[in-house]
This record gives sequence, C-alpha cells and structure tokens, in this order.
Amino acid sequence: MSVLRPLDKQPGLNTATILLVGTEDALLQQLADSMLKEDCASELRVHLARSLPLPSSVDRPRIDLIVFVVNLHSKYSLRNVEESLRHVDATFFLGKAAFLATGAGRESHCSVHRNTVVKLAHTYRSPLFFCDLEMEGFQATMAQRLVRMLQICAGHVPGVSALNLLSLLRSSETLAPEDL
Amino acid sequence: MDETVAEFIKRTILKIPMTEMMTILKAWDFLPENQLQTVNFRQRKESLVQDLVLLCENKRASLRDAALLDIIYTQFHRHQKVWDVFQMSKEPGEDVDLFDMEQFKSSFEKILRRALKNVTVSFRDAEENAVWIRIAWGTQYRKPNQYKPVFVVYYSQTPYAFTSFCHLKSNTPLLSQALTVASNHHKIVKMDLRSRYLDSLKAIVFKQYNQKFETHNSTMPLQENLELDMHMDSRIIHENRIEKERVQRVTQETFGDYPQPRLEFAQYKLETKFKSDFHGGILAERKEPLRCLIKFSSPHLLEALKSLAPAGIADAPLSPLLTCIPNKGMNYFKIRDK
Repeated sequence: MSVLRPLDKQPGLNTATILLVGTEDALLQQLADSMLKEDCASELRVHLARSLPLPSSVDRPRIDLIVFVVNLHSKYSLRNVEESLRHVDATFFLGKAAFLATGAGRESHCSVHRNTVVKLAHTYRSPLFFCDLEMEGFQATMAQRLVRMLQICAGHVPGVSALNLLSLLRSSETLAPEDL
Repeated sequence: MDETVAEFIKRTILKIPMTEMMTILKAWDFLPENQLQTVNFRQRKESLVQDLVLLCENKRASLRDAALLDIIYTQFHRHQKVWDVFQMSKEPGEDVDLFDMEQFKSSFEKILRRALKNVTVSFRDAEENAVWIRIAWGTQYRKPNQYKPVFVVYYSQTPYAFTSFCHLKSNTPLLSQALTVASNHHKIVKMDLRSRYLDSLKAIVFKQYNQKFETHNSTMPLQENLELDMHMDSRIIHENRIEKERVQRVTQETFGDYPQPRLEFAQYKLETKFKSDFHGGILAERKEPLRCLIKFSSPHLLEALKSLAPAGIADAPLSPLLTCIPNKGMNYFKIRDK
C-alpha cells in the first residue's frame, strides 16, 4: 500500500480525516491543536506524517484531505515534500490535496523562493496557501480554513464537493503564474 | 594617589552594575565594612562613584589594588571576553614536580619583567587550584596600558590555561613562554577552541560536560514519555512514530541527556584541489587549492545542533564534523585533501 488513494476505504460515520505532511513536527503539532479547537459538527482526526509513504502497519481511516507543508526557510522540507508527492495517487489532486507554505514573512531567512512553491502547486493543480504558522493569529485563521475545507472534502457540506471547491479556488490561482 | 590610578579606579567602578556593587566591593576587601556603610548607595551612580574614589584616595589605593579590582570585575563578567585555550606538555619522562604557587607567580612575573620593563602583573587565587593573572602591556618607552589588559586563568593541577583575546598579538609568544617556563612545562600549543563561556571551555577541556545529570538518568526519560502522552489529543495521530523515536534515540546517543557546553560558533576551512574527469579544463591546471569557509553561529551552538534532527530540519545522525566538537575539543577545523 505504498500509494495513497482517496477512495479505497469506506468513510467513517461523520468522520473527517486530514493528513498533514511536513518535516517540522512542532509546527504541524500546533496546527493540529488549533484545528481541533474549532467548533465542528464533524468528528475530526488529524494525522501527522513526516513524509510519505506511510508505514503500512498502522490501521488508518480514509484520508479526506492532504496538506503538504513546506517551510520556505528550509530546502530540506521542500525536497521532502517533492519526494512524498510521488506516493500520492493522481486522483487526490482533484480537490483533496493542498499546499501550505510557511515562513514567507521573514524574507531574510528564506532559502526557497516563493516561485518554486507556486510552480509546484501549479504543476499539481492544487491550491497553495501562504501562512506563517509561527504567528498564532495567522495559524488560527489557517486552522479555521482547513477545517472548512476538510468538511467539504469529506462530503459533510451538502451541495459542495471537493472538485467544486477546487474550481472555485482555481479562478484566482490561474492568474498568478502569468503575473510572475 | 596617582591621578592615573584614580582615573582607572573610577572607570572600573563605573563599569560595575548597581546590583553587583556591594558584592564586588566586598570581594575586593579594600574598603572596610564600616567605611562602606557611611556611603549612600541609593544616590545616582556618578555621585556614588565619586564618594567611593574619595575613600580609595584617603586609603591611598595603589595600582596593585586597582588591578585586583579589575580582576574581580572580570571574574564576575567573564562573558565579556573571548577566551582561547592553551595546552602545555612536559617532556616524556620528565619528573612530576610538586607545584608551588608562589614560585610559579614569582617566576612568571620575573620572566615578563626581564623581557619588558613596562608591564603590570597581578595575581588572584581562585578555587580548584586556579590562579587569575592580569597583565597590562607597555612598550620600551610607554607605560602599561591599563585599559587593554590580558587575563590568564591557569589551572595548576592541569596543563591548561585560558587567555582572554589580546589585540596585541606581538606579546603572545612572550606570554606563552612565561607560562610554560614558570609552570615547569616544555611545550605550549594553542588549541583550536575559542568561546566567551569560560565554564563551558573548562567543561570541554576537562571532560566534565557529561557528568552532570548522572543520577537522574533513570527517572528523566520516563517522565518525558508520560508528559508526551498526557498532552496529546487522541484525535492526533503521529504516523511516523517509529522514525521519531529512532531520531530521538540517535540524538540521545550522540549528545547525551546532559546540558551541552556553551559555544557560540564553529568554523570550517576547506582547502581542496579541483578534481575533474575532463582533462584540460580551465580549473584542472590550477595549482592553487580552492578555499571555502563555513561558519555556524548561535547563542548556544551545541544545543541548537542537538535540536536539529528532532525539529525535522536535518537528518539524524548528524555529520560527525558537527558532533565531534566537544569530544575533540575543537571549534575551528581545517579540512584538507587526504
């Protein structure tokens, strides 16, 4: 089971599971805590992984949304995400995957250029969020967004599917590469 | 009292923060307790210093007393200086003489004075058989500059001496010679180790840094694991738990459970010849080696290195070039082609 597929398991009753993939454990942990603080009708579960593939020995529920976290201060984290992307089935990128870039606020510490992640997200046709996870206010807002996105991707919001959401988000995304 | 001495005392006392004033003056023990009690310590610093200098004048403070005050101030503020480490050695087969502190001091001072007439040397004994030496350098024609002294801390039961960074590099050979001869050693070598934190340098050089938390070893890891479980929400699952535990284990094996000695930087100089498969390239003919300098800086370098792998910023195990720093007692490295 080295490739993650979105629909290979039965969904749990009222359960929504998000997988955060990134090297910086402390940031992922804080984001997970913020997400779980949100008031949400669905039962949330957060899985944290350093990289993919996931160890097959663990029994896990169906994953509704994958967020790849890249720290712009670290080329190591970008490389880690790039390698993890190979272990994700293409159907995830129909609205069930997203990229999150952190650390853009401190320009002098950035060793990964903004454009690199923009191009990466564009290649995978997935939304890209910039958020400084170290700032509590921004992190809380991001957590709220992710919870809403997760509910939609798990199918808990009637009338909106993951693919709908993707095309709604896409209209602002396609402008970005041309502007560069 | 000489005007220069008065000025020197005044400037030294001015450096002392108000919170430490009483402690340092008591350690100096030049102005007696009853005199200190007549001074108003609540007034503004400038006026307080004037009162204290007046008391010193009345007691006819000498340059020697002033130098002693400078040593005490530096002992309280050792982090303000950058310390180098020297290692001495005896000839193999030489007898181990009994160390005589007084003989060392007089011998040391004699050697310096023989070479340089204008020099001020002062001593203060410290714990662990150590002695703090203060040297103010002059030249053939100029009196010693009291405001740029060099400090040497010599641990008499060991071959190690720590010296504060000296701008006048020309006097270092003389200083080294005086140290070596006075302490009955044969050779002296400057180690590639430098830091502001004298206690950390001591810990590295005397190999004392890994003895600190020995009694707590069995209880601490258990406590840490319990804390982890209590804080974690059951809705958060760590997929790579096994990998995380491996990283923790490797980090603990490399760095241990104890607090690391404190260094501010590590510097690596690389010199290598250009190697290429293509013959006749522009760089292939080059005789001069290529040079590269990498410097790592941090308020606490070793703790920062220790937290790299657990924080997910680097792979574990770290490069041995980084982890060998306390073991080898070096933070300046020269890497050359074999």
